[in-house]
Amino acid sequence: MKFGVVVFPGSNCDEDVFEVFSSYLGMETIKLWHKDEDLKGLELGDCIILPGGFSYGDYLRSGAIARFSPIMKSVISFAENGGLVWGICNGFQILCEAGLLPGALLRNENQQFICKNVHIVPSSNQSVITAQLTPNVALKIPIAHAEGRYFADEATLAGLKQNDQILFRYSDASGNVDAPSNPNGSIDNIAGICNIGRNVFGMMPHPERAANTMVGNTDGLKLFESLLTSSKIFS
Amino acid sequence: MQNQSETLVTVETGKKLGLTEAEFEQIVSIMGRTPNFTELSIYSVMWSEHCSYKNSIHWLKTLPREGKRLLVGAGEENAGLVDIGDGLACAFKIESHNHPSAIEPFQGAATGVGGIHRDIFTMGARPIAALNSLRFGNIDLPHTRRLVEGVVAGISHYGNCFGVPTVGGEVYFNDCYNQNILVNAMSVGIVEVGKTVSAIAEGLGNPVFIVGSATGKDGIHGATFASADLTEDSAEDLPAVQVGDPFQEKLLLEATLEAIKTGAIVGMQDMGAAGITCSTSEMSAKGGVGMMIDLDKVPTRQKNMKPFEILLSESQERMLIVCHKGQEQLLLDVFEKWDLECAEIGEVTDTGTLVFHTSGTKIAEVNAHSLVLGGGAPVYQREYKRPAYVEEIRKINTKSIPLNTKYVASAKKLAASPNLVSKRWIYEQYDSMVRTGTMTTNKPSDASVVWVKDTKKAIVLTTDCNSSYVHADPYQGAMIAVAEAARNIVCSGGTPVAITNCLNFGNPYNQGVYWQFVQVIKGMGDACRKFNTPVTGGNVSFYNQSVLKDGTEPVFPTPTIGMLGVMDDISWHTTLHFKKPGHVIYMLGTPVNDLGSSEYCRTVLGIPLSAPPSFDMDEELHLQQNITQLIRKKYIESAHDISEGGLFHCLLESAIAGNVGFDIETDSNFRKDAYLFGESQSRCVVTINPQKEDAVVNFLNTHNVPFSRIGEVIKDEIKIDAESFGKIGEYTLIYNNTLGQKMAGVQN
Repeated sequence: MKFGVVVFPGSNCDEDVFEVFSSYLGMETIKLWHKDEDLKGLELGDCIILPGGFSYGDYLRSGAIARFSPIMKSVISFAENGGLVWGICNGFQILCEAGLLPGALLRNENQQFICKNVHIVPSSNQSVITAQLTPNVALKIPIAHAEGRYFADEATLAGLKQNDQILFRYSDASGNVDAPSNPNGSIDNIAGICNIGRNVFGMMPHPERAANTMVGNTDGLKLFESLLTSSKIFS
Repeated sequence: MQNQSETLVTVETGKKLGLTEAEFEQIVSIMGRTPNFTELSIYSVMWSEHCSYKNSIHWLKTLPREGKRLLVGAGEENAGLVDIGDGLACAFKIESHNHPSAIEPFQGAATGVGGIHRDIFTMGARPIAALNSLRFGNIDLPHTRRLVEGVVAGISHYGNCFGVPTVGGEVYFNDCYNQNILVNAMSVGIVEVGKTVSAIAEGLGNPVFIVGSATGKDGIHGATFASADLTEDSAEDLPAVQVGDPFQEKLLLEATLEAIKTGAIVGMQDMGAAGITCSTSEMSAKGGVGMMIDLDKVPTRQKNMKPFEILLSESQERMLIVCHKGQEQLLLDVFEKWDLECAEIGEVTDTGTLVFHTSGTKIAEVNAHSLVLGGGAPVYQREYKRPAYVEEIRKINTKSIPLNTKYVASAKKLAASPNLVSKRWIYEQYDSMVRTGTMTTNKPSDASVVWVKDTKKAIVLTTDCNSSYVHADPYQGAMIAVAEAARNIVCSGGTPVAITNCLNFGNPYNQGVYWQFVQVIKGMGDACRKFNTPVTGGNVSFYNQSVLKDGTEPVFPTPTIGMLGVMDDISWHTTLHFKKPGHVIYMLGTPVNDLGSSEYCRTVLGIPLSAPPSFDMDEELHLQQNITQLIRKKYIESAHDISEGGLFHCLLESAIAGNVGFDIETDSNFRKDAYLFGESQSRCVVTINPQKEDAVVNFLNTHNVPFSRIGEVIKDEIKIDAESFGKIGEYTLIYNNTLGQKMAGVQN
């Protein structure tokens, strides 16, 4: 299994996520440049990561320009053919803008950028990034965003629930999903979702920032390990 | 002033541009003729305080600026460069953006962050950490809150998008900053030794490029603006404030570092104050060469910009690059990849003169050397006199203050002081974790610790300055600022190696202000020699004072110390939080019956000014050296230095961070409020696993380290001399929420 990390101008978590796959997990990992349409040999069964950052500056709505970049044409068709695509933070925003995931990410309820550790609890084990996680056990993962308030209309939200597409909810340290644990006003405490085909994932928290012992938190590494282990089972 | 070349230039023109009569005459003498308006503008910005350091350089040169680890001398390059081992060097610098931030807090602070990062990556180093040191007025004033909101949002906007973590800093509130806030930003980068780029122009005929953003009308005469008092009319100087574009800066960073790898670059300098003028003159003067520049080739944002506007524009996110002739395409390709402007605007000459053309006509011709610091720029030694207030403050002897026995009420009031509470309302708006090297997010310590990837070492960073101490006694206050910075690094497990400074003062033509400046330099110099932390550079910001109805009021002298430490083995990292009940609490160092300049005096007793806390530099160094030993022997579980708020606040912070309580006894040889809340220096609190206690005591005794066993960590309560001070949860709420409530305008 190979991994491709897309580099948009303004991506700034590309190196961090690249490092997790290549150095910590020892996986073959390449970078994909936004101006190219070439996926450099990535095939179905491989995985594309859209990293965090401020693609094209995000002076407009976050992700609104990135979705039109040449590489996204290829990412969209890769996803439509069933390829694994994982968007983290800005990557999640781009996936929503590109229509690969439902809903939208609005400005945080307090109108400020928020960077801090939060807890999230897996809501479904029916995805490669959550399959190996312990149900109902909260993970400490940082967030860092100004536009992370997940929103979907009632019908969409009902669909997400019905199809078990909600992957993570903000919770307290014990895994209780409650209002005080919701850092940004996301509807239903939603922190991450997948598409109906369960091959496209988006989440606002940054698991790559909780993936090495140097920073003193490896909760995020569990998502990466789940991806490696369970992508075989799901494929 | 429609056509500069025809404008008659006189002494009066010079004065309008901020030059003195004598300086104007000196320019005429250097040139052998009267300069035209463009040339005079060039001199006016290059000889401004901001670019020339004319009123400070004499004294700055007395600071210790040499050391085994220093790879460039202070002021030689855009930032200091320190060898950290493993073939790596650390470039770091702190700089002020006070005046722009006072007028337009968002953009002022944002471009301050952008400017300091450029100083780092123009040397070829990749910034891996940012810090900031902020001073605001009274937080209960709506004006202050507007400034706090704007400055924090500006730093957040720029730093987060640029993708470098803001890992630390400090924030203080004091009425002296009500009008003139201070915004000091620090950047720290890593580069392989020998792979740096110098800000030098060399090689006859080598092409000169301007890269990055196009040049606009923003920030014209910003350097001159920064070199004058802030007045109530300053808001009209708004066009002197620049507008930042962090996205462009991120692209410029990546493109610049990639361009360096091509080998095509001879020298490079970022454009900050005085834009093209400053970068062309400094690079030329350094290389002993000249440049021929065609201003028509400079990409501009609007049509019909006047030559002096192009020359003086402080548009952000630009660099000047001298390229090896014949290798231009390598440079062009990189900047094309990153969709940035890259325009050849001239070439290096051997004349020593800068010649600027537009429309085929020469519009200015000035000698590069005559413009710059260390060359022809004026150097002044201002007169100084000890201001009367110093004597008044010395008379305020805190020992004669009647004992205040309302200890619990005092502790709670002090815990809610905006200067002591958690700054999370601020720092949670900064991305502190991007690049995944910040070790102190999950394991907080007195200084910020950032892992240097691919090594087993970390850099340890802090900014420190208690300006109340400095105001009370500039010499001692400056020494304490250096000592506290070093103590923070030592308590975190690092070794202090060098400093950068940001010297914020009032008007240097005020003799009292200049006395403060001289005393600060002397104190800083003495302390830096003692701690073996040479000064690698920094920034001087004068004219920080407010114009009031009945005269001017300088800010407290605020010499911010940005200190770099190295931790060769990350297993030495020591955190500040109490680990678990049962651990024993020791205070290292000697307490003194002293309440001088304490937050307790100001907040609880209502005594705004008093003598600085007692301080002995030999004791301090001795303490620090032994803390380092305790850490390396793995003897201690936590370390936290005693500073603002005294012993009580030190214990409180460690307890809150560990979500535990503490039970201590005070020493009856001291007045209890001084023991709990006094800020006498050279002390630190450590906790010890009881199993190691004997070994630690033995070590402390053999090494003559004064210590007191003051108590132990308990579950969730604060107890002092058997009296309950309340549950830790109560204090945690105060600590975490007060600043947010204040910012929401809640008065208490």
